[in-house]
Amino acid sequence: MFPELNNLLNTTPDQTEQGKLTLLCDAKTDGSFLVHHFLSFYLKANCKVCFVALIQSFSHYNIVGQKLGVSLTTARECGQLVFLEGLKSAVDVFFRPQEEPHPLQFLREANSGNLQPLYEFVQEALKPMDSGEAAWRCPVLLVDDLSVLLSLGVGAVAVLDFIHYCRATVCREWKGNVVALVHDSGDAEDEENDILLNGLGHQSHLILRAEGLATGFCKDVHGQLRILWRRPSEPTAQRDRSLTYQYKIQDKNVSFFAKGMSPAVL
Amino acid sequence: VTPSEGVRRGTRRILEMLESLLALGGLVLLRDSVEWEGRSLLKALIKKSALCGEQVHILGCEVSEEEFREGFDSNINSRLVYHDLFRDPLNWSETGETLPGGPLEALRALCRRTHPGPVTIALDSLSWLLLHLPCTTLCQTLHTLSHQDSCRGDSSPGEQVHVLGLLHEELHGPGPLGVLSSLAQTEVTLSGAMGQASAHVLYRRPQQRPTHQTQWFSILPDFSLELQGGPPLEPQPYPDPRVPSMDPTTHLTFNLRLSKKEREAKDSLTLPFQFSSEKQQALLCPGLGQATSHIFYEPDAYDDLDQEDPDDDLDV
Repeated sequence: MFPELNNLLNTTPDQTEQGKLTLLCDAKTDGSFLVHHFLSFYLKANCKVCFVALIQSFSHYNIVGQKLGVSLTTARECGQLVFLEGLKSAVDVFFRPQEEPHPLQFLREANSGNLQPLYEFVQEALKPMDSGEAAWRCPVLLVDDLSVLLSLGVGAVAVLDFIHYCRATVCREWKGNVVALVHDSGDAEDEENDILLNGLGHQSHLILRAEGLATGFCKDVHGQLRILWRRPSEPTAQRDRSLTYQYKIQDKNVSFFAKGMSPAVL
Repeated sequence: VTPSEGVRRGTRRILEMLESLLALGGLVLLRDSVEWEGRSLLKALIKKSALCGEQVHILGCEVSEEEFREGFDSNINSRLVYHDLFRDPLNWSETGETLPGGPLEALRALCRRTHPGPVTIALDSLSWLLLHLPCTTLCQTLHTLSHQDSCRGDSSPGEQVHVLGLLHEELHGPGPLGVLSSLAQTEVTLSGAMGQASAHVLYRRPQQRPTHQTQWFSILPDFSLELQGGPPLEPQPYPDPRVPSMDPTTHLTFNLRLSKKEREAKDSLTLPFQFSSEKQQALLCPGLGQATSHIFYEPDAYDDLDQEDPDDDLDV
Protein backbone atom coordinates (compact mmCIF):
# COMPACT_ATOMS: atom_id res chain seq x y z
CA MET A 1 0.00 0.00 0.00
CA PHE A 2 1.14 3.52 -0.58
CA PRO A 3 1.19 5.61 2.60
CA GLU A 4 0.70 8.86 0.69
CA LEU A 5 -2.45 7.55 -0.95
CA ASN A 6 -3.73 6.55 2.48
CA ASN A 7 -3.23 10.13 3.61
CA LEU A 8 -5.13 11.49 0.66
CA LEU A 9 -8.01 9.09 1.27
CA ASN A 10 -7.80 9.65 5.01
CA THR A 11 -7.65 5.97 5.91
CA THR A 12 -5.26 3.63 7.63
CA PRO A 13 -5.30 -0.16 7.73
CA ASP A 14 -6.43 0.05 11.34
CA GLN A 15 -9.53 2.02 10.66
CA THR A 16 -11.00 1.24 7.29
CA GLU A 17 -14.51 2.23 6.40
CA GLN A 18 -16.88 -0.64 5.87
CA GLY A 19 -19.72 -1.30 3.50
CA LYS A 20 -18.25 0.75 0.68
CA LEU A 21 -17.94 0.27 -3.05
CA THR A 22 -14.82 1.84 -4.50
CA LEU A 23 -14.56 2.29 -8.24
CA LEU A 24 -11.12 2.49 -9.81
CA CYS A 25 -10.90 3.64 -13.38
CA ASP A 26 -8.11 4.63 -15.69
CA ALA A 27 -8.08 6.61 -18.88
CA LYS A 28 -5.10 6.78 -21.19
CA THR A 29 -2.86 5.30 -18.56
CA ASP A 30 -2.42 2.17 -16.48
CA GLY A 31 -4.34 2.25 -13.24
CA SER A 32 -3.23 -1.15 -11.99
CA PHE A 33 -1.07 0.47 -9.29
CA LEU A 34 -4.36 1.27 -7.55
CA VAL A 35 -5.27 -2.43 -7.59
CA HIS A 36 -1.94 -3.33 -6.01
CA HIS A 37 -2.46 -0.62 -3.42
CA PHE A 38 -5.85 -1.87 -2.31
CA LEU A 39 -4.77 -5.52 -2.35
CA SER A 40 -1.86 -4.89 -0.01
CA PHE A 41 -3.91 -2.39 2.02
CA TYR A 42 -6.68 -4.83 2.83
CA LEU A 43 -4.29 -7.69 3.48
CA LYS A 44 -2.42 -5.50 5.94
CA ALA A 45 -5.75 -4.46 7.46
CA ASN A 46 -6.36 -8.11 8.33
CA CYS A 47 -9.40 -8.44 6.09
CA LYS A 48 -10.43 -11.56 4.26
CA VAL A 49 -9.89 -10.82 0.60
CA CYS A 50 -11.42 -12.51 -2.43
CA PHE A 51 -9.43 -11.44 -5.45
CA VAL A 52 -10.96 -12.12 -8.87
CA ALA A 53 -7.85 -11.64 -10.98
CA LEU A 54 -8.66 -11.88 -14.66
CA ILE A 55 -5.75 -9.95 -16.10
CA GLN A 56 -2.46 -11.15 -14.65
CA SER A 57 -1.09 -14.31 -13.16
CA PHE A 58 -0.76 -15.00 -9.46
CA SER A 59 3.00 -14.61 -9.53
CA HIS A 60 2.72 -11.14 -11.03
CA TYR A 61 0.58 -9.88 -8.17
CA ASN A 62 2.78 -11.74 -5.72
CA ILE A 63 5.96 -10.06 -6.95
CA VAL A 64 4.44 -6.61 -6.74
CA GLY A 65 2.87 -7.47 -3.41
CA GLN A 66 6.25 -8.40 -1.98
CA LYS A 67 7.61 -4.99 -2.94
CA LEU A 68 4.72 -3.49 -0.99
CA GLY A 69 5.29 -5.71 2.01
CA VAL A 70 2.69 -8.47 1.71
CA SER A 71 3.13 -12.07 0.71
CA LEU A 72 0.22 -13.40 -1.30
CA THR A 73 1.47 -16.96 -0.98
CA THR A 74 1.34 -16.79 2.81
CA ALA A 75 -2.04 -15.09 2.75
CA ARG A 76 -3.43 -17.75 0.46
CA GLU A 77 -2.08 -20.58 2.55
CA CYS A 78 -3.51 -19.30 5.80
CA GLY A 79 -6.88 -18.67 4.22
CA GLN A 80 -6.86 -14.89 4.28
CA LEU A 81 -6.76 -14.64 0.50
CA VAL A 82 -9.00 -16.48 -1.94
CA PHE A 83 -7.49 -16.03 -5.37
CA LEU A 84 -9.33 -16.76 -8.60
CA GLU A 85 -6.66 -16.84 -11.27
CA GLY A 86 -8.71 -16.16 -14.37
CA LEU A 87 -5.96 -16.93 -16.83
CA LYS A 88 -5.46 -20.44 -15.49
CA SER A 89 -8.97 -21.41 -14.53
CA ALA A 90 -10.51 -20.23 -17.78
CA VAL A 91 -8.99 -23.26 -19.43
CA ASP A 92 -10.43 -25.55 -16.75
CA VAL A 93 -13.94 -24.62 -17.84
CA PHE A 94 -13.56 -26.63 -21.00
CA PHE A 95 -12.02 -29.71 -19.43
CA ARG A 96 -14.44 -30.21 -16.61
CA PRO A 97 -17.72 -32.06 -16.74
CA GLN A 98 -20.45 -29.64 -17.58
CA GLU A 99 -22.50 -30.37 -14.47
CA GLU A 100 -19.93 -28.93 -12.13
CA PRO A 101 -20.48 -25.20 -11.81
CA HIS A 102 -17.47 -23.05 -12.48
CA PRO A 103 -17.17 -19.35 -11.70
CA LEU A 104 -16.26 -18.58 -15.29
CA GLN A 105 -19.14 -20.64 -16.63
CA PHE A 106 -20.15 -17.84 -18.96
CA LEU A 107 -17.23 -18.71 -21.23
CA ARG A 108 -18.96 -21.92 -22.17
CA GLU A 109 -22.27 -20.45 -23.07
CA ALA A 110 -23.07 -19.31 -26.57
CA ASN A 111 -24.95 -16.24 -25.51
CA SER A 112 -23.60 -15.59 -22.06
CA GLY A 113 -26.45 -15.31 -19.63
CA ASN A 114 -25.29 -13.90 -16.37
CA LEU A 115 -22.51 -13.96 -13.85
CA GLN A 116 -24.47 -15.80 -11.19
CA PRO A 117 -21.84 -18.61 -10.91
CA LEU A 118 -19.15 -16.01 -10.34
CA TYR A 119 -21.31 -14.34 -7.70
CA GLU A 120 -21.84 -17.69 -5.99
CA PHE A 121 -18.08 -18.25 -5.99
CA VAL A 122 -17.55 -14.90 -4.28
CA GLN A 123 -20.34 -15.65 -1.84
CA GLU A 124 -18.78 -18.99 -0.96
CA ALA A 125 -15.33 -17.46 -0.57
CA LEU A 126 -16.31 -14.58 1.68
CA LYS A 127 -19.17 -15.85 3.75
CA PRO A 128 -18.52 -15.47 7.46
CA MET A 129 -17.37 -18.65 9.12
CA ASP A 130 -19.86 -20.34 11.37
CA SER A 131 -17.31 -20.85 14.10
CA GLY A 132 -18.38 -17.54 15.60
CA GLU A 133 -14.95 -16.10 16.24
CA ALA A 134 -14.10 -13.41 13.74
CA ALA A 135 -10.71 -14.33 12.41
CA TRP A 136 -10.63 -11.50 9.90
CA ARG A 137 -11.84 -7.99 10.13
CA CYS A 138 -14.27 -7.75 7.20
CA PRO A 139 -14.68 -9.37 3.80
CA VAL A 140 -13.34 -7.57 0.76
CA LEU A 141 -13.93 -8.32 -2.90
CA LEU A 142 -11.37 -7.05 -5.36
CA VAL A 143 -11.84 -7.39 -9.12
CA ASP A 144 -9.17 -6.78 -11.75
CA ASP A 145 -10.83 -5.92 -13.98
CA LEU A 146 -14.42 -5.67 -15.13
CA SER A 147 -13.79 -4.34 -18.64
CA VAL A 148 -12.32 -7.65 -19.72
CA LEU A 149 -15.67 -9.30 -18.97
CA LEU A 150 -17.20 -7.08 -21.63
CA SER A 151 -14.54 -8.21 -24.06
CA LEU A 152 -15.39 -11.81 -23.22
CA GLY A 153 -18.96 -11.30 -24.29
CA VAL A 154 -20.77 -10.53 -21.07
CA GLY A 155 -23.26 -7.69 -21.38
CA ALA A 156 -22.83 -4.48 -19.40
CA VAL A 157 -26.14 -5.03 -17.60
CA ALA A 158 -25.01 -8.53 -16.54
CA VAL A 159 -21.79 -7.10 -15.06
CA LEU A 160 -23.79 -4.38 -13.30
CA ASP A 161 -26.10 -7.04 -11.88
CA PHE A 162 -23.09 -9.01 -10.63
CA ILE A 163 -21.70 -5.98 -8.82
CA HIS A 164 -25.22 -5.21 -7.55
CA TYR A 165 -25.45 -8.61 -5.93
CA CYS A 166 -21.92 -8.33 -4.56
CA ARG A 167 -22.85 -4.99 -3.07
CA ALA A 168 -26.03 -6.37 -1.53
CA THR A 169 -24.21 -9.31 0.02
CA VAL A 170 -20.65 -8.18 0.73
CA CYS A 171 -21.26 -4.51 1.46
CA ARG A 172 -24.71 -4.46 2.98
CA GLU A 173 -25.11 -7.83 4.64
CA TRP A 174 -21.56 -8.57 5.71
CA LYS A 175 -20.36 -4.96 6.07
CA GLY A 176 -17.45 -5.55 3.78
CA ASN A 177 -16.00 -3.61 0.86
CA VAL A 178 -15.89 -4.05 -2.88
CA VAL A 179 -13.17 -2.58 -5.09
CA ALA A 180 -13.32 -2.94 -8.86
CA LEU A 181 -11.27 -1.60 -11.75
CA VAL A 182 -12.85 -0.50 -15.04
CA HIS A 183 -10.95 0.89 -18.01
CA ASP A 184 -12.24 3.99 -19.68
CA SER A 185 -11.30 3.63 -23.25
CA GLY A 186 -12.43 7.14 -24.07
CA ASP A 187 -13.79 5.66 -27.23
CA ALA A 188 -17.13 7.24 -28.02
CA GLU A 189 -18.14 4.07 -29.84
CA ASP A 190 -17.89 1.79 -26.83
CA GLU A 191 -21.36 2.25 -25.40
CA GLU A 192 -21.27 -0.91 -23.31
CA ASN A 193 -18.18 0.24 -21.46
CA ASP A 194 -19.71 3.66 -20.87
CA ILE A 195 -22.85 2.10 -19.43
CA LEU A 196 -20.71 -0.07 -17.17
CA LEU A 197 -18.50 2.80 -16.05
CA ASN A 198 -21.32 5.26 -15.40
CA GLY A 199 -23.59 2.64 -13.88
CA LEU A 200 -20.85 1.69 -11.42
CA GLY A 201 -20.12 5.34 -10.82
CA HIS A 202 -23.67 5.84 -9.59
CA GLN A 203 -23.38 2.87 -7.24
CA SER A 204 -19.98 3.86 -5.79
CA HIS A 205 -19.07 5.67 -2.63
CA LEU A 206 -15.61 6.57 -3.83
CA ILE A 207 -14.23 6.95 -7.33
CA LEU A 208 -10.49 7.03 -8.04
CA ARG A 209 -9.71 7.97 -11.59
CA ALA A 210 -6.17 7.77 -12.92
CA GLU A 211 -5.69 9.81 -16.06
CA GLY A 212 -2.78 10.39 -18.32
CA LEU A 213 -1.62 13.98 -18.56
CA ALA A 214 -3.38 16.04 -21.19
CA THR A 215 -0.02 17.17 -22.49
CA GLY A 216 1.31 13.68 -23.10
CA PHE A 217 3.94 11.46 -21.52
CA CYS A 218 6.33 12.83 -18.96
CA LYS A 219 9.27 11.22 -17.22
CA ASP A 220 8.62 12.75 -13.82
CA VAL A 221 4.86 12.97 -13.66
CA HIS A 222 3.17 9.78 -14.68
CA GLY A 223 -0.39 10.92 -14.44
CA GLN A 224 -3.14 12.57 -12.53
CA LEU A 225 -5.43 11.06 -9.93
CA ARG A 226 -8.93 12.42 -9.40
CA ILE A 227 -10.67 11.44 -6.20
CA LEU A 228 -14.44 11.86 -5.99
CA TRP A 229 -16.37 11.13 -2.83
CA ARG A 230 -19.98 10.43 -3.74
CA ARG A 231 -21.72 9.46 -0.56
CA PRO A 232 -19.77 10.82 2.35
CA SER A 233 -20.27 9.05 5.63
CA GLU A 234 -20.78 12.26 7.59
CA PRO A 235 -23.11 14.48 5.62
CA THR A 236 -22.65 17.35 8.02
CA ALA A 237 -18.92 17.64 7.54
CA GLN A 238 -17.66 20.22 5.10
CA ARG A 239 -16.44 17.74 2.63
CA ASP A 240 -14.06 18.02 -0.24
CA ARG A 241 -16.07 16.30 -2.88
CA SER A 242 -13.39 16.12 -5.46
CA LEU A 243 -9.61 16.44 -5.34
CA THR A 244 -6.99 16.15 -8.03
CA TYR A 245 -3.37 15.19 -7.53
CA GLN A 246 -0.52 14.25 -9.80
CA TYR A 247 1.63 11.24 -9.14
CA LYS A 248 4.85 9.51 -9.99
CA ILE A 249 5.22 5.75 -9.73
CA GLN A 250 8.51 4.54 -8.30
CA ASP A 251 9.76 1.06 -7.64
CA LYS A 252 8.14 0.54 -4.26
CA ASN A 253 6.13 3.65 -3.78
CA VAL A 254 3.94 6.19 -5.49
CA SER A 255 4.46 9.80 -4.58
CA PHE A 256 1.63 12.29 -4.84
CA PHE A 257 1.81 16.03 -5.10
CA ALA A 258 -0.46 18.93 -5.92
CA LYS A 259 -0.72 19.89 -9.56
CA GLY A 260 2.39 21.58 -10.78
CA MET A 261 4.32 20.89 -7.60
CA SER A 262 6.39 17.94 -8.77
CA PRO A 263 9.86 18.19 -7.27
CA ALA A 264 11.30 17.77 -10.72
CA VAL A 265 9.87 21.01 -12.01
CA LEU A 266 10.50 23.18 -8.97
CA VAL B 1 -37.14 44.71 3.29
CA THR B 2 -36.89 44.11 6.99
CA PRO B 3 -34.91 41.05 8.08
CA SER B 4 -38.03 39.20 9.19
CA GLU B 5 -39.68 39.90 5.86
CA GLY B 6 -36.62 38.56 4.12
CA VAL B 7 -36.74 35.38 6.17
CA ARG B 8 -40.43 34.93 5.44
CA ARG B 9 -39.82 35.42 1.77
CA GLY B 10 -36.95 32.96 1.91
CA THR B 11 -39.05 30.34 3.64
CA ARG B 12 -41.80 30.83 1.14
CA ARG B 13 -39.35 30.36 -1.69
CA ILE B 14 -38.11 27.12 -0.16
CA LEU B 15 -41.63 25.79 0.13
CA GLU B 16 -42.42 27.02 -3.30
CA MET B 17 -39.62 25.11 -4.96
CA LEU B 18 -40.62 21.73 -3.58
CA GLU B 19 -44.29 22.52 -3.92
CA SER B 20 -43.93 23.67 -7.46
CA LEU B 21 -42.10 20.48 -8.34
CA LEU B 22 -45.01 18.48 -6.94
CA ALA B 23 -47.77 20.82 -8.06
CA LEU B 24 -48.43 19.47 -11.50
CA GLY B 25 -48.79 15.89 -10.37
CA GLY B 26 -48.07 13.06 -12.71
CA LEU B 27 -44.51 12.08 -13.38
CA VAL B 28 -41.66 14.16 -11.96
CA LEU B 29 -38.44 13.12 -13.66
CA LEU B 30 -35.18 13.74 -11.76
CA ARG B 31 -32.22 13.49 -14.09
CA ASP B 32 -28.88 13.21 -12.33
CA SER B 33 -25.29 12.34 -13.17
CA VAL B 34 -22.36 10.71 -11.44
CA GLU B 35 -21.03 14.04 -10.28
CA TRP B 36 -24.36 15.57 -9.22
CA GLU B 37 -26.45 12.91 -7.60
CA GLY B 38 -30.21 13.17 -7.37
CA ARG B 39 -31.13 10.80 -4.59
CA SER B 40 -30.98 13.53 -1.94
CA LEU B 41 -33.46 15.66 -3.90
CA LEU B 42 -35.66 12.60 -4.31
CA LYS B 43 -35.58 12.08 -0.57
CA ALA B 44 -36.34 15.76 0.02
CA LEU B 45 -39.43 15.47 -2.19
CA ILE B 46 -40.46 12.28 -0.40
CA LYS B 47 -40.12 14.04 2.93
CA LYS B 48 -42.26 16.91 1.67
CA SER B 49 -44.97 14.51 0.46
CA ALA B 50 -44.90 12.58 3.71
CA LEU B 51 -45.22 15.79 5.73
CA CYS B 52 -48.26 16.70 3.63
CA GLY B 53 -49.90 13.53 4.84
CA GLU B 54 -49.43 11.38 1.77
CA GLN B 55 -48.46 7.78 1.88
CA VAL B 56 -45.27 7.12 -0.02
CA HIS B 57 -44.47 3.88 -1.81
CA ILE B 58 -40.86 3.42 -2.83
CA LEU B 59 -39.72 0.87 -5.37
CA GLY B 60 -36.12 0.56 -4.25
CA CYS B 61 -33.75 -1.08 -6.69
CA GLU B 62 -30.43 0.59 -6.03
CA VAL B 63 -30.01 1.01 -2.30
CA SER B 64 -31.02 -1.08 0.63
CA GLU B 65 -33.98 -0.17 2.80
CA GLU B 66 -31.82 0.85 5.77
CA GLU B 67 -29.73 3.12 3.63
CA PHE B 68 -32.80 4.73 2.07
CA ARG B 69 -34.50 5.35 5.39
CA GLU B 70 -31.36 6.94 6.85
CA GLY B 71 -31.87 10.58 7.68
CA PHE B 72 -35.64 10.42 8.00
CA ASP B 73 -37.17 10.68 11.41
CA SER B 74 -39.66 8.09 12.63
CA ASN B 75 -42.65 10.26 11.79
CA ILE B 76 -41.71 10.22 8.14
CA ASN B 77 -40.46 6.65 8.12
CA SER B 78 -43.83 5.42 9.30
CA ARG B 79 -45.39 6.82 6.14
CA LEU B 80 -42.90 5.14 3.83
CA VAL B 81 -43.51 1.70 2.37
CA TYR B 82 -40.34 0.28 0.86
CA HIS B 83 -40.73 -2.38 -1.80
CA ASP B 84 -37.33 -4.06 -1.75
CA LEU B 85 -35.92 -4.88 -5.14
CA PHE B 86 -32.37 -4.39 -3.89
CA ARG B 87 -31.63 -7.55 -2.04
CA ASP B 88 -32.52 -10.10 -4.66
CA PRO B 89 -34.11 -8.59 -7.75
CA LEU B 90 -33.34 -11.43 -10.12
CA ASN B 91 -34.10 -14.25 -7.71
CA TRP B 92 -30.55 -15.62 -7.66
CA SER B 93 -30.78 -16.76 -4.11
CA GLU B 94 -33.95 -18.72 -4.82
CA THR B 95 -35.11 -18.39 -1.27
CA GLY B 96 -38.50 -17.10 -2.32
CA GLU B 97 -38.02 -13.89 -0.38
CA THR B 98 -37.89 -11.74 -3.45
CA LEU B 99 -40.95 -9.93 -4.76
CA PRO B 100 -42.81 -12.40 -6.94
CA GLY B 101 -42.73 -11.80 -10.66
CA GLY B 102 -39.67 -9.63 -10.54
CA PRO B 103 -39.46 -5.93 -11.22
CA LEU B 104 -42.30 -5.69 -13.73
CA GLU B 105 -44.82 -7.32 -11.47
CA ALA B 106 -43.73 -5.15 -8.57
CA LEU B 107 -44.27 -2.08 -10.71
CA ARG B 108 -47.65 -3.25 -11.92
CA ALA B 109 -48.69 -4.03 -8.35
CA LEU B 110 -48.23 -0.36 -7.55
CA CYS B 111 -50.71 0.46 -10.29
CA ARG B 112 -53.31 -1.81 -8.80
CA ARG B 113 -53.13 -0.38 -5.33
CA THR B 114 -56.56 0.15 -3.92
CA HIS B 115 -55.75 2.21 -0.87
CA PRO B 116 -57.63 5.50 -1.11
CA GLY B 117 -56.11 8.89 -0.59
CA PRO B 118 -53.27 10.84 -2.10
CA VAL B 119 -50.19 8.82 -2.70
CA THR B 120 -46.67 9.36 -3.91
CA ILE B 121 -44.77 6.66 -5.72
CA ALA B 122 -41.00 6.97 -5.88
CA LEU B 123 -39.00 4.91 -8.36
CA ASP B 124 -35.36 4.50 -7.33
CA SER B 125 -34.38 4.21 -9.97
CA LEU B 126 -35.98 4.47 -13.36
CA SER B 127 -32.55 3.73 -14.82
CA TRP B 128 -32.44 0.33 -13.19
CA LEU B 129 -35.91 -0.45 -14.49
CA LEU B 130 -35.00 0.79 -17.94
CA LEU B 131 -31.93 -1.46 -18.06
CA HIS B 132 -33.92 -4.51 -17.02
CA LEU B 133 -37.26 -4.02 -18.71
CA PRO B 134 -38.14 -3.24 -22.31
CA CYS B 135 -38.54 0.49 -22.79
CA THR B 136 -42.05 0.29 -24.24
CA THR B 137 -43.37 -1.86 -21.39
CA LEU B 138 -41.86 0.48 -18.83
CA CYS B 139 -43.30 3.56 -20.49
CA GLN B 140 -46.78 2.05 -20.77
CA THR B 141 -46.70 1.07 -17.12
CA LEU B 142 -45.45 4.51 -16.13
CA HIS B 143 -48.27 6.11 -18.08
CA THR B 144 -50.81 3.93 -16.30
CA LEU B 145 -49.19 4.71 -12.98
CA SER B 146 -49.21 8.45 -13.35
CA HIS B 147 -52.73 8.67 -14.70
CA GLN B 148 -54.32 6.50 -12.09
CA ASP B 149 -56.79 9.07 -10.88
CA SER B 150 -58.46 9.22 -14.25
CA CYS B 151 -59.10 5.48 -14.06
CA ARG B 152 -60.81 5.62 -10.72
CA GLY B 153 -64.08 7.37 -11.37
CA ASP B 154 -64.83 8.18 -7.77
CA SER B 155 -61.64 10.01 -6.90
CA SER B 156 -61.91 13.65 -6.00
CA PRO B 157 -60.05 16.11 -8.22
CA GLY B 158 -57.68 17.08 -5.41
CA GLU B 159 -56.18 13.63 -5.16
CA GLN B 160 -53.29 13.40 -7.46
CA VAL B 161 -50.82 10.66 -7.90
CA HIS B 162 -47.26 11.82 -7.78
CA VAL B 163 -44.72 9.60 -9.43
CA LEU B 164 -41.10 10.57 -8.73
CA GLY B 165 -38.61 8.89 -11.00
CA LEU B 166 -34.83 9.06 -10.56
CA LEU B 167 -33.01 8.73 -13.86
CA HIS B 168 -29.25 8.55 -14.44
CA GLU B 169 -28.76 10.46 -17.66
CA GLU B 170 -25.49 8.98 -18.81
CA LEU B 171 -26.78 5.45 -18.93
CA HIS B 172 -29.32 5.82 -21.68
CA GLY B 173 -29.45 6.89 -25.27
CA PRO B 174 -31.41 9.83 -26.61
CA GLY B 175 -34.39 7.63 -27.53
CA PRO B 176 -35.38 6.38 -24.07
CA LEU B 177 -34.46 9.72 -22.53
CA GLY B 178 -36.71 11.54 -24.95
CA VAL B 179 -39.62 9.20 -24.36
CA LEU B 180 -39.41 9.49 -20.59
CA SER B 181 -39.04 13.22 -20.90
CA SER B 182 -42.23 13.46 -22.92
CA LEU B 183 -44.09 11.40 -20.32
CA ALA B 184 -43.05 13.74 -17.53
CA GLN B 185 -45.06 16.73 -16.38
CA THR B 186 -42.08 18.14 -14.52
CA GLU B 187 -38.50 17.50 -15.45
CA VAL B 188 -35.56 18.41 -13.20
CA THR B 189 -32.00 18.23 -14.51
CA LEU B 190 -29.33 18.38 -11.83
CA SER B 191 -25.97 19.98 -12.37
CA GLY B 192 -23.86 22.50 -10.57
CA ALA B 193 -20.72 24.55 -10.43
CA MET B 194 -17.95 24.88 -7.90
CA GLY B 195 -19.49 22.60 -5.34
CA GLN B 196 -22.95 24.16 -5.51
CA ALA B 197 -25.81 22.12 -6.93
CA SER B 198 -28.39 23.56 -9.27
CA ALA B 199 -31.66 22.30 -10.69
CA HIS B 200 -32.94 23.24 -14.09
CA VAL B 201 -36.69 22.66 -14.00
CA LEU B 202 -38.96 22.29 -16.98
CA TYR B 203 -42.69 22.55 -16.30
CA ARG B 204 -45.15 21.16 -18.79
CA ARG B 205 -48.47 22.60 -17.81
CA PRO B 206 -51.37 21.26 -19.84
CA GLN B 207 -52.30 23.46 -22.81
CA GLN B 208 -49.54 25.91 -22.01
CA ARG B 209 -46.04 26.41 -23.24
CA PRO B 210 -43.35 24.66 -21.20
CA THR B 211 -41.60 26.99 -18.77
CA HIS B 212 -38.05 26.84 -17.46
CA GLN B 213 -36.57 27.78 -14.15
CA THR B 214 -33.10 27.37 -12.70
CA GLN B 215 -32.62 27.17 -8.96
CA TRP B 216 -29.41 26.84 -6.92
CA PHE B 217 -29.90 24.80 -3.79
CA SER B 218 -28.35 22.56 -1.23
CA ILE B 219 -29.85 19.66 0.67
CA LEU B 220 -29.38 19.63 4.41
CA PRO B 221 -28.67 16.39 6.32
CA ASP B 222 -32.30 16.11 7.38
CA PHE B 223 -33.36 16.34 3.72
CA SER B 224 -34.84 19.75 3.86
CA LEU B 225 -34.00 22.08 1.02
CA GLU B 226 -32.05 25.29 1.33
CA LEU B 227 -32.03 27.72 -1.53
CA GLN B 228 -28.84 29.45 -2.54
CA GLY B 229 -28.36 32.62 -4.52
CA GLY B 230 -25.93 31.14 -6.93
CA PRO B 231 -22.56 29.49 -7.15
CA PRO B 232 -19.92 30.83 -4.80
CA LEU B 233 -18.27 33.85 -6.41
CA GLU B 234 -14.75 32.77 -5.81
CA PRO B 235 -13.55 29.20 -6.06
CA GLN B 236 -13.31 27.46 -2.69
CA PRO B 237 -9.69 27.42 -1.61
CA TYR B 238 -8.31 23.94 -1.39
CA PRO B 239 -7.91 23.12 2.27
CA ASP B 240 -5.00 20.85 1.70
CA PRO B 241 -3.76 19.42 4.95
CA ARG B 242 -3.57 16.02 3.35
CA VAL B 243 -1.06 16.86 0.67
CA PRO B 244 2.31 15.65 1.90
CA SER B 245 3.94 19.00 2.48
CA MET B 246 6.57 19.29 -0.15
CA ASP B 247 8.89 22.10 0.77
CA PRO B 248 10.11 23.56 -2.51
CA THR B 249 13.07 25.23 -0.79
CA THR B 250 14.87 21.98 -0.04
CA HIS B 251 17.53 20.62 -2.35
CA LEU B 252 18.11 23.88 -4.15
CA THR B 253 21.36 24.57 -5.93
CA PHE B 254 21.45 28.17 -4.78
CA ASN B 255 21.22 29.97 -1.47
CA LEU B 256 17.94 31.62 -0.50
CA ARG B 257 19.04 33.11 2.76
CA LEU B 258 22.11 34.96 4.00
CA SER B 259 23.83 34.51 7.31
CA LYS B 260 24.66 37.64 9.36
CA LYS B 261 28.29 37.61 8.34
CA GLU B 262 27.41 37.16 4.71
CA ARG B 263 24.97 40.04 4.92
CA GLU B 264 27.58 42.31 6.45
CA ALA B 265 30.09 41.37 3.80
CA LYS B 266 27.51 42.05 1.15
CA ASP B 267 26.60 45.44 2.55
CA SER B 268 30.22 46.55 2.81
CA LEU B 269 31.06 45.60 -0.71
CA THR B 270 31.60 48.50 -3.05
CA LEU B 271 30.15 47.97 -6.46
CA PRO B 272 32.56 48.09 -9.40
CA PHE B 273 30.95 51.06 -11.11
CA GLN B 274 30.16 53.00 -8.01
CA PHE B 275 32.81 55.73 -7.79
CA SER B 276 33.76 56.65 -4.32
CA SER B 277 36.59 59.06 -3.77
CA GLU B 278 38.95 56.33 -2.55
CA LYS B 279 38.38 54.36 -5.67
CA GLN B 280 39.03 57.39 -7.80
CA GLN B 281 42.32 58.06 -6.08
CA ALA B 282 43.34 54.46 -6.31
CA LEU B 283 42.80 54.45 -10.04
CA LEU B 284 44.48 57.76 -10.73
CA CYS B 285 47.59 57.25 -8.71
CA PRO B 286 49.04 53.82 -8.64
CA GLY B 287 50.12 53.79 -5.02
CA LEU B 288 53.29 52.48 -3.44
CA GLY B 289 53.54 48.80 -3.22
CA GLN B 290 51.08 48.32 -5.98
CA ALA B 291 52.40 46.03 -8.58
CA THR B 292 52.60 47.81 -11.83
CA SER B 293 51.79 45.81 -14.84
CA HIS B 294 54.00 45.42 -17.82
CA ILE B 295 53.06 44.63 -21.33
CA PHE B 296 55.47 42.50 -23.25
CA TYR B 297 55.02 42.76 -26.97
CA GLU B 298 56.88 40.96 -29.70
CA PRO B 299 56.25 42.71 -32.97
CA ASP B 300 55.32 40.61 -36.00
CA ALA B 301 57.18 40.87 -39.28
CA TYR B 302 54.39 42.90 -40.87
CA ASP B 303 53.87 45.29 -38.02
CA ASP B 304 54.18 48.95 -38.72
CA LEU B 305 55.63 50.43 -35.58
CA ASP B 306 54.88 54.09 -35.70
CA GLN B 307 55.41 56.11 -32.53
CA GLU B 308 53.08 58.87 -33.67
CA ASP B 309 49.67 59.20 -32.11
CA PRO B 310 47.24 58.07 -34.81
CA ASP B 311 44.60 60.49 -33.53
CA ASP B 312 46.80 63.53 -33.93
CA ASP B 313 45.32 64.70 -37.18
CA LEU B 314 41.74 64.58 -35.91
CA ASP B 315 40.13 67.96 -35.93
CA VAL B 316 37.86 67.41 -32.90
